[in-house]
Amino acid sequence: MTDTPLLKVRDVSKFYGNRIGCSNVAFDLWPGEVLAIVGESGSGKTTLLNCLSTRLMPTTGTVEYQMRDGGYRDLYHMTEAERRFLMRTDWGFVHQNPADGLRMTVSAGANVGERLMAIGDRHYGKIRETASNWLERVEINTDRIDDQPRAFSGGMRQRLQIARNLVTGPRLVFMDEPTGGLDVSVQARLLDLVRGLVNDLGLSAIVVTHDLAVARLLSHRMMVMKDGHVIEQGLTDRVLDDPREPYTQLLVSSILQV
Amino acid sequence: MSEEVSHHAGLASYNFAYLDEQTKRMIRRAILKAIAIPGYQVPFASREMPMPYGWGTGGVQVTASIIGMEDVLKVIDQGADDTTNAVSIRAFFRKVANVAVTTHTKDATIIQTRHRIPEEKLRENQVLVYQVPIPEPLRFLEPRETETRKMHALEEYGLMHVKLYEDIAKNGRIATTYAYPVKVAGRYVMDPSPTPKFDNPKMHMSEALQLFGAGREKRIYAVPPFTEVVSLDFEDHPFEIQKFDKPCALCGAENVYLDEVILDDRGGRMFVCSDTDHCEERREQGHAGHLLGKQKEAAE
Amino acid sequence: MATPLVVSEVSKSFTMHLRDGLRLPVVANVSFSVASGECVVLGGPSGIGKSSILKMLYGNYAVDAGQILIAHKDRIIDIASADPRSVLEVRRTTLGYVSQFLRTVPRVATVDVVAEPLIARGVAAEQARERAAELLQKLNLPRDLWQLPPATFSGGEQQRVNIARSFITDHRILLLDEPTASLDAANRAVVVEMIRAKKAAGVALLGIFHDEEVREAVGDRILDVSQFSPRKIAA
Repeated sequence: MTDTPLLKVRDVSKFYGNRIGCSNVAFDLWPGEVLAIVGESGSGKTTLLNCLSTRLMPTTGTVEYQMRDGGYRDLYHMTEAERRFLMRTDWGFVHQNPADGLRMTVSAGANVGERLMAIGDRHYGKIRETASNWLERVEINTDRIDDQPRAFSGGMRQRLQIARNLVTGPRLVFMDEPTGGLDVSVQARLLDLVRGLVNDLGLSAIVVTHDLAVARLLSHRMMVMKDGHVIEQGLTDRVLDDPREPYTQLLVSSILQV
Repeated sequence: MSEEVSHHAGLASYNFAYLDEQTKRMIRRAILKAIAIPGYQVPFASREMPMPYGWGTGGVQVTASIIGMEDVLKVIDQGADDTTNAVSIRAFFRKVANVAVTTHTKDATIIQTRHRIPEEKLRENQVLVYQVPIPEPLRFLEPRETETRKMHALEEYGLMHVKLYEDIAKNGRIATTYAYPVKVAGRYVMDPSPTPKFDNPKMHMSEALQLFGAGREKRIYAVPPFTEVVSLDFEDHPFEIQKFDKPCALCGAENVYLDEVILDDRGGRMFVCSDTDHCEERREQGHAGHLLGKQKEAAE
Repeated sequence: MATPLVVSEVSKSFTMHLRDGLRLPVVANVSFSVASGECVVLGGPSGIGKSSILKMLYGNYAVDAGQILIAHKDRIIDIASADPRSVLEVRRTTLGYVSQFLRTVPRVATVDVVAEPLIARGVAAEQARERAAELLQKLNLPRDLWQLPPATFSGGEQQRVNIARSFITDHRILLLDEPTASLDAANRAVVVEMIRAKKAAGVALLGIFHDEEVREAVGDRILDVSQFSPRKIAA
């Protein structure tokens, strides 16, 4: 177990005039840890995710990330070039709609290989082989390597997006409703895949979801948000099995049993 | 300084080389910036020219800004001095600048070109002005100008290799044969204009100054003399120029770019030098290709 | 060597906010300890809070007051106040739990479910699966079920998977919630033997055993949870 957190979040708030996007969020994220941010629409969870992943500048607060050399950098004191580089190598971002995270008019192989080419890989054969291995890993038939994602189903596109993000061995992956909009059976398969990959690769992840089952399956820790505030957080199974706050109890009891 | 250069009755008088001095200043500044940052696309306030967009307005503006009374101008289109565009542009500059013109590459100080680089090696006192339709090499993969500017600024060129990767995946080799992207001075990726990739090596470490003008897109860029220009490729799919299996049918030249000319409706064709000046010179020197050889025999 | 498990003045109640804040006390002032090689049985009528105590010890339930001290590697960790990361670390190496219900990931094969805790501790996958196979064999789980996910198994089969998964490592403390409830006599005997082996290896066990026979066979002493109950249950 390492001694230092990967991400240090302090007092992150985002205001839109008087309206609260998210307020006073603080936590540490450690290597290999998966944190679920759970809430209903309007809870501020996506705002928070965007503040953490440098897609949205917070009004107050700091987000510090531990670089590969061990030193911490304040993400909002980095140059845009540094941030973009980080986004392409050390981080991943899985969008809810896979089309937002893929190049739809470029082949699956090129989608997976792009980050490698962006960091200077110049051997076509090796790039293609790496792409092929990743397709296999996310359970996409490798003979589809030259097909465009336009021809893929939703679940396949999502898995391709995951491969595209993981090819450079990121240490932190952000996921925004990764199973949103997918059929139930497809969801199960995807979650299982993500869980396996996170485990095998020792990834840290921050997963925004409104689906408590996703949180249960994927995350070690959970944060429940309502109206921009974190109202409860802790070990995932503790929050789900012994919810203390009224809103959390409401959420947990609202899940339909099949 | 304003000079009346029109000799024809009824024509309005123009400033030397058509553009007013302020405009020339503005364009020269853009050119200097471009030279200072090789391969970087400098925006400029492209003027209305007496030919429509798509007919070389960018190249004409660059030429007009640098041409002086002592200059000798050559204009080629697809390598030939005698095609319509080349002829019109040459006539235009004769009219508005009254400069000497030539078809001989060796004798020119400014060469304006569309889609070819002359076969003759260019020298220190020469400027090559290219006509460019779309200056942005990433445009077809990333339509947003905001994004492509960032990519150039941050040297994020992964996407360029994605295009080449796709080529190889689809065609087994890099299928781009013209407007083949290059990296200039190890920094900016540039579109060399729709010259055939055959000409790319000529851009590398040239003694001449190379200027690029895109009138409709309002961009100027440059490659200063003795600058590294490297065509993008993969380690296992290196850049290769086109090879022709026959020499020029008229002058017998090898290792030059050839045009295909259809002779009849029975599939008869010949391959001749695209660079008409080069071909003429060789023939004057006595070289003869297989077609010319036959004609000589028939004559004898 | 420190006592593996010490529970000190633990209290818990549930506040049901959806029922206008109805407060349900569960246990109060729970104090006891379990020594290495000992198996303590939690006794008392149904609903008295036995399962809740196990869940609190595992960190699955929060406590209102008190301490739950686990001897973890060379430190003492208080589960009641530890941060999630520490609790997970304790669960990974020191504290095991056989729950009443098996909650599994949809597509993972039984043998992998059982092998997972070993793999999480750095054991090579092949070796872990071999060990898992041994345990499943011992528990008489039919071989042709090993490659299937356990979700569709019978109660007894799932329970055996649960047991295998918790017994496969060398956790120093094991919490057992009705481990033999759905098992037939033969398999009960197997589990008894496995518990005995753990005791001999110095593991501290705390369990709820419905079955009288099993209780007799493995229990060293009974801890009556009624003494901690704030509610008076009618006899």
